[in-house]
Amino acid sequence: MVDVANGVIELVGSKVRNKQGPLQMSDALESLGLESLDVLELTFAIEEKFNIEIPFNANTEFDFKTVGELVHAVEGLVAKKTASA
Amino acid sequence: MNRVVITGLGAVSPIGQTAKSYWAALTAGQSGFGPPTIFAAERLNTKVVAEVKGFVPEQHFDSRQIGLVDRVSQFAVVAAREAIGQAGLSFREGLGERTAAIVGSGIGGQTTQDDAFKRIYGENAARVHPLIIPRTMPNAPASQISMFFGIKGPTYAVSTACASATHSIGQAFHLVRAGAVTCAVTGGAEAQLTHGTVKAWEAMRILAPDTCRPFSRERKGMVLGEGAAILVLESLDHAAARGARILGEIVGFGMSADAGDLTAPDPDGMVRAMSAALADAALAPDAIDYVNAHGTGTTANDLAETAALHKAFAAHAARLAVSSTKSMVGHALGAAGALEAVATVMALHEGVVPPTMNYVGPDSACDLDYAPNEARPRPLNVALSNSFAFGGLNAVLTFRRFDA
Repeated sequence: MVDVANGVIELVGSKVRNKQGPLQMSDALESLGLESLDVLELTFAIEEKFNIEIPFNANTEFDFKTVGELVHAVEGLVAKKTASA
Repeated sequence: MNRVVITGLGAVSPIGQTAKSYWAALTAGQSGFGPPTIFAAERLNTKVVAEVKGFVPEQHFDSRQIGLVDRVSQFAVVAAREAIGQAGLSFREGLGERTAAIVGSGIGGQTTQDDAFKRIYGENAARVHPLIIPRTMPNAPASQISMFFGIKGPTYAVSTACASATHSIGQAFHLVRAGAVTCAVTGGAEAQLTHGTVKAWEAMRILAPDTCRPFSRERKGMVLGEGAAILVLESLDHAAARGARILGEIVGFGMSADAGDLTAPDPDGMVRAMSAALADAALAPDAIDYVNAHGTGTTANDLAETAALHKAFAAHAARLAVSSTKSMVGHALGAAGALEAVATVMALHEGVVPPTMNYVGPDSACDLDYAPNEARPRPLNVALSNSFAFGGLNAVLTFRRFDA
């Protein structure tokens, strides 16, 4: 699961607009300057990397507030996929 | 400068395949939504679209014609035939050379392209149909209308995504007003409901999982649609001289661009387009009775459009009737503005505000009168029809009731 966390953090990092230095699990996604299209592209990139589906409708709020919440959610989806495989 | 009147309407929509049946269904609040029946729909997450069901090309075209004409152009030609028939015009004599055909489409012949690519990439087809290119081109609807009806004046497509038809009608209005042509056949067509296109829309994550409820709380996005609508425009002098029945008048057109975000709507751009449409008609904001909204049902559009209406109309905003007919026919992209223009002309002509369906209650940021769930009789004199496209492109038409 360390790989999942690192993979997600790397993808989030590629979209960060206004933070210097390494990302923390406690960083709020909103505070990183991600715009709506960044969130869309990030969601797609994570789905592609881990071959999972993240349930997300842009008409509702993005469910994950921090980097840690997003990592945790992706870890859960990856574990679920592995279990069902 | 000519006054520009409307003498013919035609429509192919998910809730009626003539302008008359479409309007009757709009005022009855009918829904055109249902599960997709397109290729490999079981591999889509999308459970609700607005298809033109039961459209039988053979009822409108002979077998030789069908091979040349993609679904998008079929819709366009059928709508044009109805509109031109209602206007009672023939373009076969000299009038064809003084008539424009300006017809928008966001995508063009997507059914043809999607099917061809499936064969090429998916099935390793060695060869494909020889007419994929002229069936797919976005100007095919305009060209087919020109060829079917003998229109030989300025003929082209405008492709500005969800504003394609409104930009097209505005261009046609300009040509007739300026005297460059006597008549124009104009509107938009779209037939986008293919596996590939719907998949691409899914990736934007703005499609509603249930239904389209514009301006309502609990709205969850848009529903994709398809169809076509065509208006026949002519100079008032020409229409009056031949004793034509006049259905309404176009009195203004406004355009703007946001120069900002690729997809997020911008209230300021919307305001500039609405204000330009009013200024072009030399009307004050309080002259407007009804706005046929862009009203896609996404969180972002409906918030931005409501904010823009407040800004453009100030205190008068509260007195406007505003409705989104997308709540019944979905979002037909390049045809949307034309379907909505037909709805707006009929609303003025009949004195009826078509409803915003599926409305379950106010959102705190959407606080106007959206004519929820029921058509409403109301004397209407002037109305706007709004279209706001991806790419930040805004187009607004001003229509006036015509009293002879």
